[in-house]
Amino acid sequence: MDLATVSSHRFARSRDDLCLGAGETLLAGGTWLFSEPQPSTTGLVDLTTLGWPDLEKLPDGSLRIAATCPVAVLRERGGVFAWCADALLMSPKVQAVATVGGNVCLALPAGAMTSLLAGLDATAVVWTPEGGERIVAVTDLVVGNAATSLTSGEVVRCFDVPAASLAAPIAHRRFSLADLGRSAGVVIGMRTDEGVRATVTGSTTRPVLLTDGEGVEAIDCWHEDAHGALDWRAAQTERCLAEVREELG
Amino acid sequence: MIVNGSATETPPAPGQCLRTYLRGAGHLDVKKGCDAGDCGACTVLVDGQPRQSCLVPAVRAADAEVTTLSGLGSPDDLHPTQRAFLEAQGFQCGFCTAGFVLTASTGARTDRDLKGNLCRCTGYRSIRDAIARASEGGLDARSLALAARPPMAPGGRAARSVSDEHASRPPDASGGRAARSVSDERASRPPETAVGESTRPPAAVDVVTGRAAYTLDLPPASDPDADTLHLAVLQSPHSHAAITRVDTAAAEALPGVHLVLTHRDDPGVLFSTARHDSRLDDPDDTRVLDDVVRFVGQRVAAVVADSPAVAEAALRLLHVEYDVRPAVHDPEAARAAGAPLVHGEKDPVTSRISEPGRNVVAQTHGEVGDVSAGLAAAVHRVHGTWRTARVNQAAMETHGARAWLDAPLSEGGRLVVRTSSQVPFLVRDELAHVLGLEPTRVRVTTGRVGGGFGGKQEMLVEDLVALAVLRLAERGVHRPVQWELTREQQFTLVPGRHAFRVEVELGADDDGVLTAMRLDVLSDTGAYGNHAVGVLFHGCHESVALYRCASKRVDAEAVYTHTVPAGAFRGYGLGQVIFAIESALDDLAREVGISAAEIRRRNAVVPGDELVVNGPPVDDIVHATDGLPQCLDLVEQALARTDAQAPGPDWLVGEGLAAAMIATIPPRGHHSTATVTLAEDGSVEVGVGSAEFGNGSATVHVQLVATALGGRLDPSRIRVRGGDTDAAAYDTGAYGSTGSVVAGGAVHAAAQDLARRLDAGEAERPLVGTGEHHGTPRSVAFNVHGVRVAVHPPTGEVRVLRSVHAADAGVVLNPEQLRGQVEGGVAQGFGSALQEEVRIEDGVVTTRSFRDYRVSQIGQVPHTEVLFADTVDPVGPLGAKSMSEAPYNPVAPAVANAVRDATGRRPRELPMSRDRVWRLLTSEEDPCPTP
Repeated sequence: MDLATVSSHRFARSRDDLCLGAGETLLAGGTWLFSEPQPSTTGLVDLTTLGWPDLEKLPDGSLRIAATCPVAVLRERGGVFAWCADALLMSPKVQAVATVGGNVCLALPAGAMTSLLAGLDATAVVWTPEGGERIVAVTDLVVGNAATSLTSGEVVRCFDVPAASLAAPIAHRRFSLADLGRSAGVVIGMRTDEGVRATVTGSTTRPVLLTDGEGVEAIDCWHEDAHGALDWRAAQTERCLAEVREELG
Repeated sequence: MIVNGSATETPPAPGQCLRTYLRGAGHLDVKKGCDAGDCGACTVLVDGQPRQSCLVPAVRAADAEVTTLSGLGSPDDLHPTQRAFLEAQGFQCGFCTAGFVLTASTGARTDRDLKGNLCRCTGYRSIRDAIARASEGGLDARSLALAARPPMAPGGRAARSVSDEHASRPPDASGGRAARSVSDERASRPPETAVGESTRPPAAVDVVTGRAAYTLDLPPASDPDADTLHLAVLQSPHSHAAITRVDTAAAEALPGVHLVLTHRDDPGVLFSTARHDSRLDDPDDTRVLDDVVRFVGQRVAAVVADSPAVAEAALRLLHVEYDVRPAVHDPEAARAAGAPLVHGEKDPVTSRISEPGRNVVAQTHGEVGDVSAGLAAAVHRVHGTWRTARVNQAAMETHGARAWLDAPLSEGGRLVVRTSSQVPFLVRDELAHVLGLEPTRVRVTTGRVGGGFGGKQEMLVEDLVALAVLRLAERGVHRPVQWELTREQQFTLVPGRHAFRVEVELGADDDGVLTAMRLDVLSDTGAYGNHAVGVLFHGCHESVALYRCASKRVDAEAVYTHTVPAGAFRGYGLGQVIFAIESALDDLAREVGISAAEIRRRNAVVPGDELVVNGPPVDDIVHATDGLPQCLDLVEQALARTDAQAPGPDWLVGEGLAAAMIATIPPRGHHSTATVTLAEDGSVEVGVGSAEFGNGSATVHVQLVATALGGRLDPSRIRVRGGDTDAAAYDTGAYGSTGSVVAGGAVHAAAQDLARRLDAGEAERPLVGTGEHHGTPRSVAFNVHGVRVAVHPPTGEVRVLRSVHAADAGVVLNPEQLRGQVEGGVAQGFGSALQEEVRIEDGVVTTRSFRDYRVSQIGQVPHTEVLFADTVDPVGPLGAKSMSEAPYNPVAPAVANAVRDATGRRPRELPMSRDRVWRLLTSEEDPCPTP
């Protein structure tokens, strides 16, 4: 939709361009920003012209995913990447434009890129306004429904998925009120040397990491909305958690 | 930007989405459906890739090549995908067609590929056919075989001859009658025009090439000073409050603002947004701008400005003070002593509100026979309470209107309102009433209407744009004013389906013959009583009258609550009550030990029976055909042919069916006049007031004229002019499924009149035949739906393994189109049964977009086999019955009965969403106990 209050659209070319003026907000794919009224936004700063490579292999074997990488590009990797992309409500037309960083920074419980990256023990590289950067686990980046731990002026540059996670056996389950609808819950399990590392998203307001021996009773942030009642979400989460653990044996 | 091969002139603006830019540049084939990337109606190709143009920042596409639907192909040079949608009739209202065609033109084929495109009319089967056709890139073998056959015989029996040729259909065992099925008909030759043929809609080529003009598809004025102004409204943040102060100064001072309207500008006439032939059918409880708000989202004030953006900015400058009052959101609590009153100050007589002091808008309490004695004498008794959710019509085109004066009123000018309406004449008359104008000084016209489903049997936007035009004219400003509702306003401002609570108690003798029926019904009409009366009475009528039983009692009340109003929705109350009765009847069949079909055979009315609810029977319904037993046989036999098995070991499988009856025409008057005019050049114009909104009435009107005038003229030269108060003398409108039987009846009579004149040798041109229809006597139509489902207790998922629908539509005028109406109604039925729900929390609608309100996507609607009973209606045109609302009604109880059959637990609440079904099957106690 039209963002009636917006009067400027700046194309960012360098990091210096990311210093936001009053009323400015960062624009990635735009598929959420242009889908709801944004009455307090007067300017857009476009990240897609920064030229960040979508995907990079780092020397230590980890995968670097640019914040501006379209969901559809990540989906092409197949496996859990494709599965998580399709756990999103968004259609292929939107996937082609919507970005991984946008999905995570939106911090919706059903943000399946958060599910993916939290499930794979990924970290985010955050550019700080002073010109530095900090590393934060994705499970600590999304801290609540539509809430992140980012402070004013911080920009997520990329997400790094450790090489070990890329090689680890993965199991995943999701549930929703409608097959192609928004996920009501996503459980992703990864077999590690310490056991099964399971993350719960969708049915919780933030990603919840459960290690072996921890059940759903350890969850203190259940989420309820139009996409499913709380008691059902808790029961489905428990069922999916058991299935994931069983699959990873 | 290059659009359809031509460079655009103006640069895009920051914050502007590509759709707005394209429409501003004159590309009106790009539709605005949801404005949020959920529905896909605005899809265009950006550098060859399909994109939802509402999500694309226009500045990003400044150097792109963009293709819209009209750029993909033209009527003379159709793109193969356009041709496929044309031949498969892959649309009804056509508002979603641009998005589907453009997406499919890039090779999108799978459910996943197309999940970002919503269609509310078709149920997707015809769209799947079109996409399959596009994939094949031409004709399949069967189409070629059909095309090689000699043309079918003209007349009403052609449809049957199609199905008789289908070897796949088993021979019929119901007394020699052939089941008529069109489920596999895919003739590729251009259909004939006579009745009984699958004639294409007259606008089909325009729809698939983006040339059909919907309500707001109007080009900008050549003179910017005469260009359209835009209206926006401030909506109430409170459930119940008096407006104590509105400061408009800052808003009025904003450059570009021309007018601010508040309750001080209200004309002072109480009316109802609901429209019926008689304005006395609905309570006068509404004002254009009230000084008391009664639901969150109600209009508080309106701004008219040069652009939507300026109007929105001005809204933020309005300062409103409220005296917040207690509110009641629960319909049960609304009737309790001491409950806050929604319209307590209204006069019950002049406003026609049953008991404003008890929040009761309408009620009926009555008994025939002796229900206590009937229950006491019963061998078997069942009892339960059922609840249905609010549902949104979700037409792809939102409400919108543009109004202007064609000349100053003082110079004899008229107020012209172009609007998205099912009832242009009724809107005209009520506008005149509210604004103090003579009806002759108001013209209401429609473009092609992008879906209705009852939602456009209301006056929801026309009053405000008309008032704005008149106020501006008083100040010497003569410019059109337009108001287009947002998708969010379709949920927060526009009435949806009434939520009902229905208690049913049935008694039967040892053979399962009913001895007593008792119903207690409560309908939540929200803050205003539009359609409250009609929905309550209609809801309790054919649902109860379907069964012959000497002792019946119905107590029913519709109550106000401080929530968004409910209104007309496909089925008009019947679906809610049928859900309860048909569920209870299923329980009764189990008690008696007979089949679901058999208990209905033993108890349903037969031709000649009176139709009785809780008082004297109606006297203008002719019940003369045995459609119901045929439909029961067809569904029972089709389900018996099913061997679909459980998808896995955890699944439970069951079957269920339900029946529904509906009068072919609404009661209390439904009138239509029509002309058929033969011009000097041999062309024929049909003038009819009824609007085309995907119901296919325009197609049927062409067929009726072609049939009545058979041989006397060239059917390809028949044009329909409809949806305009200038096109005919009068038409009540297209609601209650009347497009074929009432407007069609008038058109048929006019064509017969013209034929008589021609046969009498009348030679003057133009030569006009006239006809009319007055909606009485009426008839009844029957529908039976059956399903086989699998239920997954661990998740609560209900999967439809097989779906079959039998309809008693009388003589089938257009097989493909009728099938489409049935499939569309059934698809909406599945939506209401399984997933659709408008959630209201503390008076606030929390499902405000298609992301949160789950309209079925392609892939979520099961395939339905559609079968037709073989009847000839004694009163409908050429023996046809109406069939738009009816297929919706029996779907939810059929699914519920199948879930009961599979699991042993009885669903009592719609939608049967996964969380509810899981809870039903998991909880120790019945989660919906009977009080």
